[in-house]
Amino acid sequence: MSTETGTATGRDASRIHNIGYRSYDGPRLGRAYARRSLFSQTLRGSFGLGRSAKSKVLPMLLFGVMTLVAAILVAVSMSAPDASKLVIEYTSYAIYLQAVIGLFIAAQAPQAVSRDLRFKSVPLYFSRPIERADYVAAKLAATASALFILTGAPLLVLYVGSLLAKFDFADQTKWFGQGLVSVALLSVLFAGLGLVMAALTPRRGFGVAAVIALLTITYGAVSTIQAIAWETGSEGAVQWLGLFSPITLIDGVQTAFLGATSAFPGGEGPGAGAGVVYLIVVLALVAGSYAVLMRRYRRVGL
Amino acid sequence: MARATNVVFVTAVIATEALSMRFPRVTALDRLTLDIGPGVTGLVGSNGAGKSTLIKILLGLSPATEGRAAVLGLDVATSGAAIRERVGYMPEHDCLPPDVSATEFVVHMARMSGLPPTAARERTADTLRHVGLYEERYRPIGGYSTGMKQRVKLAQALVHDPQLVLLDEPTNGLDPVGRDEMLGLIRRIHTDFGISVLVTSHLLGELERTCDHVVVIDGGTLLRSSSTSDFTQTTATLAVEVTDSDTHPDGTGALRKALTEAGVTLIGHDGIDTEGLPGAGHILLIEATGEETYDLVRDSVAGLGLGLVRMEQRRHQIAEVFRTEQGGAHAAAVPAAGVVPQSVPQSAQQVVQQKGSGRDEH
Repeated sequence: MSTETGTATGRDASRIHNIGYRSYDGPRLGRAYARRSLFSQTLRGSFGLGRSAKSKVLPMLLFGVMTLVAAILVAVSMSAPDASKLVIEYTSYAIYLQAVIGLFIAAQAPQAVSRDLRFKSVPLYFSRPIERADYVAAKLAATASALFILTGAPLLVLYVGSLLAKFDFADQTKWFGQGLVSVALLSVLFAGLGLVMAALTPRRGFGVAAVIALLTITYGAVSTIQAIAWETGSEGAVQWLGLFSPITLIDGVQTAFLGATSAFPGGEGPGAGAGVVYLIVVLALVAGSYAVLMRRYRRVGL
Repeated sequence: MARATNVVFVTAVIATEALSMRFPRVTALDRLTLDIGPGVTGLVGSNGAGKSTLIKILLGLSPATEGRAAVLGLDVATSGAAIRERVGYMPEHDCLPPDVSATEFVVHMARMSGLPPTAARERTADTLRHVGLYEERYRPIGGYSTGMKQRVKLAQALVHDPQLVLLDEPTNGLDPVGRDEMLGLIRRIHTDFGISVLVTSHLLGELERTCDHVVVIDGGTLLRSSSTSDFTQTTATLAVEVTDSDTHPDGTGALRKALTEAGVTLIGHDGIDTEGLPGAGHILLIEATGEETYDLVRDSVAGLGLGLVRMEQRRHQIAEVFRTEQGGAHAAAVPAAGVVPQSVPQSAQQVVQQKGSGRDEH
């Protein structure tokens, strides 16, 4: 196939140029492999791996904060005399540290999707074996996995710590499991919402701001109104107001089904009936995010 | 319509049959039937002629309204993914993230094409070298020149060793030297790498030098499809400029007279180039029918004792294809005044602009 025959033996660097073209006869692993590659590239990128040193700083810092706080809490729990359990519930951890999680998704969702949009690399993907659904699914799964690592790692620290402190194994394992389910749900929800905001605002600065705004403004508004409702004695409204911000949605679901203590005013989250509504809303938001992303990329094509 | 069929049926790389693409307000492709064989094929058309739409359909990314198309023998409607695994695509626009190095980016793209990690790395190193990127491939793309970026774009289209590459306006934004290098590279993709090429451009002249075959489309229909040698033989225009001498104060006039007597066809307004370029009015445009025309000019000039300042082939533009398609000798297009060579391209451009304004790309 090559017309120029190799002079590969020449040690002179300029001679390398003369090696003829070699065709590729090896395996082509196709669509599923490409999807996996995109997934791992995005997941690694979320923590700055395979990117510049500068882009590692923020995600690694946030990851450090998440696990360090957990380690401190373990130390506190262990030092307390006669302690029989951790000073914090597994399910409360993500709620307390929601600001850190919010910062993480705000910084990483734009890097996952906006870069390809802003630099118009998307056509390069779609001119390859993967389809639009593969692209969206890989990005969504990778971002959710990154969030799950961020939120799951501190729970693991807590769990290992509690076992070292010889707290009740069965209780701890059960609560740890509940915590993991809760943060898994949170990861998927936040990933979906974060990616939608980022994909709709291709300019990076705006993407970051949009995600932060979505998370903090809704939470601020919901918790304020909940507090007012609680003060004015309309407890019934409190549990329904929680439907309007991502973090209170997760709070509601885990209070109803995962034995969590609600952070709602008065500590009264939704019961099983209202909990079903919470769960449906969460799942609908995730599905909706996927649909919006699919729609967003339909127009990008080539 | 498709005059190329005699050459092509051996192994059609791209074949379309009555391919149409209609959007609510525009018809991007109108019953286009094409057969493109192996080699380097130029696809010429103005903006909005349907080039991008055709590429999209060929990659299996948007279904045609009607008609059929096959790439490498695979139906675009059903085997999109299989086609995209064997075809490379280089977009017209910028598509590179500035914060990663060419190596990292091309490796990632190779994996997206299905190459296993080690193969992706090896192929990336090879391909970047073949397109002429050496040490700089480890630096972030953001610092590259336009020419280097074009090479990276080309490399990502070639990295998985496709059987066919679709290059959308690869010479856009390049200076003349970069343009020549890119065209040379495109030629090598076929001769050295054995990969067929479909390259689009709105400049017929530059494709003429690179391609084996040129397809001209306009308004979504096939205007012309023929091998490049056909083009040059039928439409070669020779520009000749001579000095004046004491015996012939009007050297140009004297040569014109001599050539006319020898039976050479003059082009333009009585053979004078009136396009307003430097030297206009002193340049004779004649139709070259073969080697003998060159000899004739040389002998005539020598016989008259004039100095030959230049004798060059004029580049062809789409306009000339319009002109020959309209079925006339060049002289047939002569209306009244002495602005003929100009008036035809102008009207052609207007057609082009009207079409272009309707729709582009998306």
